[in-house]
Amino acid sequence: MASTPTRAPLRRAPSNWGPGVCAGLGRHLGIDPLIVRIAFVAAATAGGIGVVIYLLAWALIPAETAEGAEPRRWRTGRSTIEVAVGMALIVLSLLLTARALGLLWSDVIVWPTVLVAAGAGLLWRQSFAPTRTEKPEPAAPEEERRERTRVLSRSGFGAALVIAAGVVFLYVTGALTAARDAVLAAVVVAAVLGIIFAPWVTRLVRSLASEREERVRSQARAEMAAHLHDSVLQTLALVQKRADDPRAVAALARTQERELRAWLAGREGGHDRLAAALEGAAGDVERAHGVPVEIVVVGDRELDDRGEALVAAAREAMVNAAKFGNGSTVDVYAEARDGGELQVYVRDRGPGFDPDAVPPDRRGVRESIVGRMARHGGRAAIHSAPGAGTEVELTLPEAS
Amino acid sequence: MTRVAIVDDHGLFRAGVRSELEGHVELVGEAASVPEAVALVTEVRPDVVLLDVHMPEGGGVAVIHGAAEQAPGTLFLALSASDAAEDVIATIRAGARGYVTKNIATDELVDAIERVQAGDAVFSPRLAGFVLDAFAGPAPKPEDPELDQLTAREREVLRHIARGYLYKEIALRLGISAKTVEAHVSAVLRKLQLSNRHELSRWAAERRLD
Repeated sequence: MASTPTRAPLRRAPSNWGPGVCAGLGRHLGIDPLIVRIAFVAAATAGGIGVVIYLLAWALIPAETAEGAEPRRWRTGRSTIEVAVGMALIVLSLLLTARALGLLWSDVIVWPTVLVAAGAGLLWRQSFAPTRTEKPEPAAPEEERRERTRVLSRSGFGAALVIAAGVVFLYVTGALTAARDAVLAAVVVAAVLGIIFAPWVTRLVRSLASEREERVRSQARAEMAAHLHDSVLQTLALVQKRADDPRAVAALARTQERELRAWLAGREGGHDRLAAALEGAAGDVERAHGVPVEIVVVGDRELDDRGEALVAAAREAMVNAAKFGNGSTVDVYAEARDGGELQVYVRDRGPGFDPDAVPPDRRGVRESIVGRMARHGGRAAIHSAPGAGTEVELTLPEAS
Repeated sequence: MTRVAIVDDHGLFRAGVRSELEGHVELVGEAASVPEAVALVTEVRPDVVLLDVHMPEGGGVAVIHGAAEQAPGTLFLALSASDAAEDVIATIRAGARGYVTKNIATDELVDAIERVQAGDAVFSPRLAGFVLDAFAGPAPKPEDPELDQLTAREREVLRHIARGYLYKEIALRLGISAKTVEAHVSAVLRKLQLSNRHELSRWAAERRLD
């Protein structure tokens, strides 16, 4: 829709009584939906072509939802049955149109074709279904099993429709009577075999499924064990060794806690996002200076060069707070705002200082914060007063 | 003195909190599981219950649901190491009056208990962050704009809490009274408990609250 940026996206409008095709089209084209409806009715009387177009539009135009648009009707889970019915209706209307125009040589094919259309709709829908890798997060095993059952039952239903279509076709063309004896024999044999082997097949399928589950579970367990071994057990060993140094033990415990939290929250490793990078910096400062750093991050963002500069400046501010804050907790608050602006506050409850009378040894650090932010189009403000602690405020506006 | 009960399934942690609070509050009981906690709260009716979010058999949410009706005067303060926003928010939505993390300093914990008993809501920096996250952006379909959005002032107060400021410091910075700050925080707590905003109801649903 890049060519018509000012138009509303083509979506079926939410509606209580119909699919919302006309309202959606009207909104998209910027005309009253009533006109669209009249146009459709007029087209419907002209050989039924309006009905066909309406049904096609219903099937192909995604509905509007609260979450934004459904990706495509073809790909949504809910509308499978609607897709099948829609396919059947489209084919039926095409056939009826052809019949009305005298293009149909025989009525015999009408119902089989409609059934095939519905069955094919169901079957093909499965291959359009989102694959597991497309899902944002791995589904729970319970959910996954239910989804698989759903897919299987839909596929079975679709296949049954197509087979039924074939049988109906054979029956109405009279070919079935000839084949009846052979078919009957085949059905009887299949039923007998089915009754004999059904328990065995069920058992086999079940044991395969449980084996797979067991494998997944033991993999997860092994991964967890490996992680605990590398992190928690190592830390516990260190804690035992350093038991005579409470400060070191507290620092070790905090570092481990931070790591474990990050791991549980699924954001360990890569520091290419704002929250993870800031938490990493906070952990480093905490380790290096033995001062607790409490960090709260609201929102998150991919980090670009400017973001990395912001994190580096925030790290300097944290180091500063840890050094001059008299051991008080360092509070860090970062927010990725809706407009794209990033803000970081670093605060200590130390003795504070008069910003107008900065001691020379702090000037350099200030430069590396203020100067760095300025170079990347941001701002740094330092609020402090004797006795009131120090707060560094870093702001990085949205990239222009 | 405030009558306080400690509910946590870790004995070591209860012992730690007990020794921290001794002399500051009146400790009236401890419970190590959900059924124990429900029985304790119903019988003893403490003023404030320090409530662990994570416990077998339903956690803090189950304790509040099981005991709140029989002990209407009892207030709950969630005290947890849990980092997950949905667990914390679920406990608040069940009726807890605040949330503090387990590494809180003793004097701050005592202060938090007293504030809860005085009827105020207690927001730790982390909880303030969770709330700002949950209420980020405009509500997609505000059913009740009063409940589904935070006012600019409430956001500002929450940001200050997340930055580590105390209520009285916030009052000073924003040029309002400490009572007004408390009123803002209580209003946020109410929204947190009553709003049907998508994120909140999803989190609650995951904990089978609604």
